[in-house]
Amino acid sequence: MSAPYTSYSDLGGRTGFGPIEPEDEDVRFHADWEPAALALVLAMGATGSWNIDMSRAARETLPHYLRLSYYQIWLAALEKLMLERGQVHPDELAAGHMLHPPVPLARVLRREQVPSVLAAGSPTLRDAGPPARFAPGDRVRTRAHAVPHHTRLPGYARGKVGTIAKVHGAHVFADVHAQGLGEDPQTLYTVVFEASELWGADAAPGVRVSIDAWETYLDLA
Amino acid sequence: MGEHHPSHEHSELDATELRVRALQTILTEKGYIEPAALDAIVETYQTRIGPRNGARVVAKAWADPAYLDWLLRDASAAIASLGYTGRQGEHMVALPNTEQVHNLVVCTLCSCYPWPVLGLPPVWYKSAPYRSRVVRDPRGVLAEFGVTLPPGQEIRVWDSTAEVRYLVIPLRPPGTEGLTEEELAELVTRDSMIGTGLPRTPEP
Repeated sequence: MSAPYTSYSDLGGRTGFGPIEPEDEDVRFHADWEPAALALVLAMGATGSWNIDMSRAARETLPHYLRLSYYQIWLAALEKLMLERGQVHPDELAAGHMLHPPVPLARVLRREQVPSVLAAGSPTLRDAGPPARFAPGDRVRTRAHAVPHHTRLPGYARGKVGTIAKVHGAHVFADVHAQGLGEDPQTLYTVVFEASELWGADAAPGVRVSIDAWETYLDLA
Repeated sequence: MGEHHPSHEHSELDATELRVRALQTILTEKGYIEPAALDAIVETYQTRIGPRNGARVVAKAWADPAYLDWLLRDASAAIASLGYTGRQGEHMVALPNTEQVHNLVVCTLCSCYPWPVLGLPPVWYKSAPYRSRVVRDPRGVLAEFGVTLPPGQEIRVWDSTAEVRYLVIPLRPPGTEGLTEEELAELVTRDSMIGTGLPRTPEP
């Protein structure tokens, strides 16, 4: 039996995190090591050793998630993903040098490829997928139960009734993709909720909130 | 593992710096990364990809009704026509503010953000206070950014829970009729394209 899956990143609606600290838009980084951390994560991501949903799963399950800065979260998840694949070993991280031979990678990102790789991104829209079950205006209820794996249905929107606002076509299904089980493309929808449906008597007036939800998360209300 | 010394923030940061250097050394020695590629990535996000890209999109939408129409129908294509494509902006949707509705974007689950038009997200966008509260108390959050909306203007919060990325098109400020696209772009702030701010108004 596998260990229970716990995400520490599902923050919508939680309280007690204190004030927001706005910052000037010209600020790019906050420590000298942050640019290197960003570049390491993107360069290793480009090797094809894992996909973005596996990355998100590795980040959100870090037990110290809420105590780390965002680039520290990225770094810790990068180490976890590489350790899991035997690409690096704990004694190497301690020593700061290679102690074991490298393992083969699908590809290595070269400088001349950087502009085209960043400009291409990783589109998730797919031509093929089952036909859409829902149409704009349909009333739907989101899945109420927790699932023991990565998912993109936030806790605050579980078991709630909303309205389909937009149909985005078939997208790679994050829940399945994160588990390394293929892409399983299915229709993605924008679902809008009245604040009162989400927050009851505490709801602020004149507020609606939407999520983007894969079809598996939804049933007709 | 597990050692944590919140009172020694400086040494914590130094520890992270050492860890980054160690990783960079190991991965280079193993041939997993090319250091020159790392430099190219950093240079891209330092100098070429940032919120001025989005400001040009908004300014063009304000100045050119045909472009606005295209942006609202197919934001990915309309934005790509200005040369802004790629990572974390593969599937774009433009959200025009109106007198009736003010749009506000968040990612409560992580840090999803439209990189090709806005660059790297600010720290607050990735942090717990914003992500937790903006879906529940958006007016309180806006107050912390110094923004008060007209009473009666609805707030529409978009939680980016999949790979669709959202760009808010703020209302064009009054008194900007004679301005060029370049001058209009200077009025467009990053926060106004997330929804936590409003565009600047021109100097009288």
